[in-house]
Amino acid sequence: MTELLNTLYVQTPGTSLRLDGDTVRIYHPDQPGRHLLPLVRLDHLVLFSGVTPTDDLLLRCADDGRSVSWLTGSGRFRAGLIGPTHGNPLLRQAQHRAADSPQRQLPIAVAIVAGKIHNARQVLLRTARDTSGPRQTALRATAELLAQRLELLTTTASTNEILGVEGIAARDYFAAMPYLLGDNTDWKASGRNKRPPTDPLNCLLSFLYGMLRVAVQGALEQVGLDPYIGFLHAVRPGKPALALDLMEEFRPLLADRLALTMLNRRELTPTDFEELPNNAYRLTDNGRKTVLAAWQQSRQREWPHAQLNRQVPAALLPLVQARLLARHLRGDTVAYEPWTVN
Amino acid sequence: MDGELNVDLLVTYDVETVTPQGQRRLRKVAKICEAYGHRVQKSVFEVVCRDTDKVRFVAALQDAIDPTQDSIRIYHLPAHALDDVEHLGKPRPIDPRGPLVI
Repeated sequence: MTELLNTLYVQTPGTSLRLDGDTVRIYHPDQPGRHLLPLVRLDHLVLFSGVTPTDDLLLRCADDGRSVSWLTGSGRFRAGLIGPTHGNPLLRQAQHRAADSPQRQLPIAVAIVAGKIHNARQVLLRTARDTSGPRQTALRATAELLAQRLELLTTTASTNEILGVEGIAARDYFAAMPYLLGDNTDWKASGRNKRPPTDPLNCLLSFLYGMLRVAVQGALEQVGLDPYIGFLHAVRPGKPALALDLMEEFRPLLADRLALTMLNRRELTPTDFEELPNNAYRLTDNGRKTVLAAWQQSRQREWPHAQLNRQVPAALLPLVQARLLARHLRGDTVAYEPWTVN
Repeated sequence: MDGELNVDLLVTYDVETVTPQGQRRLRKVAKICEAYGHRVQKSVFEVVCRDTDKVRFVAALQDAIDPTQDSIRIYHLPAHALDDVEHLGKPRPIDPRGPLVI
C-alpha cells in the first residue's frame, strides 16, 4: 500500500519554486529566509495561477513520477505534467475493449451511479441523525426517495437510462440542500448551479470537485488507466470521462460533506467569497487558503473500506478504487464495486 | 513511491569547520539532511522516511564526513514519535506535517 505523502499547494502569486539539491526551495519576495521542503515527502504539486516552477524542478518531478497540476483559482484543471513513462498499454487496451462492449460497460456505469446515490443518502442520514423536527423529517424523506432511485437502477438497460436515474437522484439530493445547510442564515441553497456558480455554496462545491478531480485523475494515471475513456460519461475530446466516472462515488462524502461542515461551522464567512459583476461567486485568496487547508486535513481522515476490510485515509481512496477498477478490467474480478459507507 | 513512512529519526551533527574543507563538509551534510528531513534547530534535523530512504540517507552521510574529525548522531525513535513534539519559542516557518498551503 502506498503511504500517504503530502501534497504541496502553492497559490500565492509571485511565488517561485526551485530545485535545490533534493529539496524544493520556495521563494517569494515578501517572505525572506530559506523555505525548503524535502522532495521525498511530496507526491504531488498543485500550482495555481502566478506560480513559477523552474524547469529543473519540473524535470526532476517528471523523472520521479511525482505529479504536477496547474489549476485556476476556482479549481478548474488547466494542465498537468506527463513524464517519460506513462501508463500501462496492456491495461489500457483492456479498458478500451470493456468500454466498447455494452455487457461490460453497463454494469460498471450502474455501480458508479449506485455508489454515488448510496453515499449521497449517507450524507442525508448522517445529518438527519443530528437534527430533529421538520428538518429531520425532510432529510429522511429525501433519503427514502434516493433509496427508491437506487431500485430503479436495477432495471436500466442503457447508459441514457442510467444517466436519467442519476439526474433525478441528483435533483432530489440538491433539493434537500437547504435542510443540510441548517438554520445558518449566512448561506442559502438554491439547487446546484455551475459555470459559473452563483452562490457561495455552489462556488465551494465547484472548487472542491476540482480538487477531487485532480486527485482522481492522478490516481487513474498512477494505476495506468486512461482518464479519457469512461463508462458512464460520454467520450468527448478533452473530457476526462473516466475521471468524472470515478469521482461520482466520492462526491457526497468527500466533497459535499466537507463543504457543508465548513459553512455550518462558520469556518468560512461571507467575506471569504466575492461576487463578480456577472453574479458569479468566487473564493478570495484567503478563503481559498482556508479551503485548501481544510481539504488537505480532511484527506488524512480514515474511512472504512468494506472490500479491503480496513480503514483507508481519504487521500488514498481514489487510488484504491482505481486499482480495484483496473483489476476488474483485467478480468481478475467479476464486478467493480464502488466505495460505499454505511 | 511504495513503502511505509514509519522511520522517525532525530539527527544531530558536529562538523569541524576550522578549515575550508570542513566548511565544505558542513554544507554537504546540511544538504543531505535537508533532502530527507526538516531543520528544527541549527544542526538538528527531524527525519520521517521509509526504511529504504534511511539506508540511502545514512550512506550519504557516511560518505560526506571525515570520521576522524566530525560526528553525527542518529537517534532512532519509535514510529510516529515525531508527531508529538512539544515546542517552545519561535515557531518554524513551515510545519511539514500540516497541510502545505502556500
